Amino acid sequence: MAKTSLYDTTFCKTQQRLALRNCGVIDPENIDEYIAMDGYRALGKVLTEMTPDQVIDTILASGLRGRGGAGFPTGMKWKFASGNRGNVQKYVCCNADEGDPGAFMDRSVLEGDPHAVVEAMAIAGYAIGADQGYIYVRAEYPIAVKRLEIAIDQAKKYGLLGKDIFGTGFNFDLSIRLGAGAFVCGEETALMTSIEGKRGEPRPRPPFPAVKGLFEKPTILNNVETYANIPQIILNGAEWFSSIGTEKSKGTKVFALGGKITNTGLVEVPMGTSLRHIIEDIGGGIPNGKKFKAAQTGGPSGGCIPAEHLDTPIDYDNLLAIGSMMGSGGLIVMDEDNCMVDIARFFLDFTVDESCGKCTPCRVGTKRLLEILDKIISGNGEMEDLDKLEELANYIKSASLCGLGQTAPNPVLSTLRYFRDEYIAHIVDKKCPAGVCKKLIRYEIDPEKCIGCGMCAKKCPASTIQKTDYTAPGHKLPSMKIEQANCVKCGACMDTCKFGAISKH
Amino acid sequence: MKSLAELAEIREKNRSKVILPDGSKNLRVVVGMATCGIAAGATPVLNTLVEGVKAEGIADKVAVLQTGCVGVCQYEPVVEVYEAGKDRVTYVRMTAEKAERVLKEHLVGGKVVEEYLITTAQKA
Ligand SMILES: Cc1cc2nc3c(=O)[nH]c(=O)nc-3n(C[C@H](O)[C@H](O)[C@H](O)COP(=O)(O)O)c2cc1C
Ligand code: SF4
Ligand code: SF4
Ligand code: SF4
Repeated sequence: MAKTSLYDTTFCKTQQRLALRNCGVIDPENIDEYIAMDGYRALGKVLTEMTPDQVIDTILASGLRGRGGAGFPTGMKWKFASGNRGNVQKYVCCNADEGDPGAFMDRSVLEGDPHAVVEAMAIAGYAIGADQGYIYVRAEYPIAVKRLEIAIDQAKKYGLLGKDIFGTGFNFDLSIRLGAGAFVCGEETALMTSIEGKRGEPRPRPPFPAVKGLFEKPTILNNVETYANIPQIILNGAEWFSSIGTEKSKGTKVFALGGKITNTGLVEVPMGTSLRHIIEDIGGGIPNGKKFKAAQTGGPSGGCIPAEHLDTPIDYDNLLAIGSMMGSGGLIVMDEDNCMVDIARFFLDFTVDESCGKCTPCRVGTKRLLEILDKIISGNGEMEDLDKLEELANYIKSASLCGLGQTAPNPVLSTLRYFRDEYIAHIVDKKCPAGVCKKLIRYEIDPEKCIGCGMCAKKCPASTIQKTDYTAPGHKLPSMKIEQANCVKCGACMDTCKFGAISKH
Repeated sequence: MKSLAELAEIREKNRSKVILPDGSKNLRVVVGMATCGIAAGATPVLNTLVEGVKAEGIADKVAVLQTGCVGVCQYEPVVEVYEAGKDRVTYVRMTAEKAERVLKEHLVGGKVVEEYLITTAQKA
């Protein structure tokens, strides 16, 4: 019989769905379907069979690390907040701010399996001794917010949230807080100030949230995908989870695969899978016969990985070693048509916009970095600028108050490390090898090939294509010429010409 | 919920709806209704199937549900049909018209519409 299913395609064959296990399978607005797939059994198990310390020990032993960026061991975080249970107010928070451009892993979990997060937060509450949780979601995710609201409502009706859950005396409640979408509000201290109703700005650590977090009370904050793994770890055991992945990075990771790739989408693979496997096999390779240039991971805090590292098994530590980071799981593929200086500029432009301005190294430093990149891109760069970029980048990394500033220079540093020749081409040859940076490219008409049809001149938005008085041998009409001074480098002329007379240099 | 037994009872009652047991004559049809699916036009697809199943009088045998994202962005809207003992069937790039045909030929007639399969789309 003919193959009929998604699971017969290379896209799915080698994926391993743990965090996404219910996404695309159950109705996310019906708690009964979640329960049918063993939902809330993990909560039942911890409340009736395990002590809070046993829960923490299980998470520790599983090796689970935070999926929101830095990869901090989740069990350790819970342990730090676990002291003095029952005597102090504590909070459990979920980071669903998902600010990286192009990332949508957390949105997919919330829209496809919201109860997994609700259940996991209740388990975390039991483990550290908290009776209240907050989910911080960006307001731009209306469907995720709606499904979370429905999930919380249904869990309350079933008594899976609220008072005396499973008759054990354990109480836990959940509320949703909407974020306005500022990238910095994804940073843990800024997120907590924002939940408190104040302007979302980071504050220095220590004190760490495990000691003094939300409303100055001990608090844990975990990412959506981190939580989505918890119920299964409880049900299947720490050993099961730690058998997946690499020595120091256990389990799977969800990636939002995008850019120059045949199959864009959401993929979940065991830690330690190579980039080559994700891009060539699952992603189906790069379209239009183009050549791979780099993969960007970690969004504005991450870096670009060149072809020489395609076979590196991806985990937290390997990515750091090659100058990038896991981040929340954005994975953007770039081909020969991407300019790496332009990419660095794109991410820096984002961080300059999103810097909260509280500390000078980040506020002023990132702006200076951007100015230097702009100078290089417009053909006015000098070789000393490369040293200046590096020096300034390292200063910003070491002197900034929060993770935003501390990681903002990474896209610049990693492209300088692996694609220095492209920077040099912009500076010394005044050329953009990928043909992206507008100030460094020109469109030209070959007078021998141009038949003078005038189609390009009709399409030119700048009306800067003129007739010459030269007619090539064998042609009836004089050829056309681009007056460079007014050209806006839109490329419309080249796309229009049917005779291959226009080229880009 | 006061006890684990209560939870187990709900699980047992619903398990066979999500994972169709061997020998079941029922179909389970899910439509990807996450942000990506809805943006690609999944809502009219879902409505067509829900209404169509009622109109054909097969609503007691064919459950039509919304679900989250299966992960294949460029193939949305996605519809999947589950049947006991058979490979799950993935239809991609669905529209209300295509859903109408799947309803008549597959859900009523029992014959897979090869044209709309993901495996067909990938060959093209
Ligand atoms: C500028 C900035 C933005 C961040 N944005 C997010 C985010 O959108 N989602 C997220 O889970 N973590 C984000 N983080 C990381 C959080 O501060 C925090 O480490 C994480 O939520 C902890 O959860 P985890 O241990 O489960 O990963 C961000 C950090 C920084 C510095
Ligand atoms: S590093 Fe940047 S974002 Fe963080 S506090 Fe300083 S100015 Fe604000
Ligand atoms: S690139 Fe655009 S602006 Fe320049 S000559 Fe061609 S059509 Fe005109
Ligand atoms: S479209 Fe091509 S052939 Fe025609 S005038 Fe322009 S450059 Fe010449």
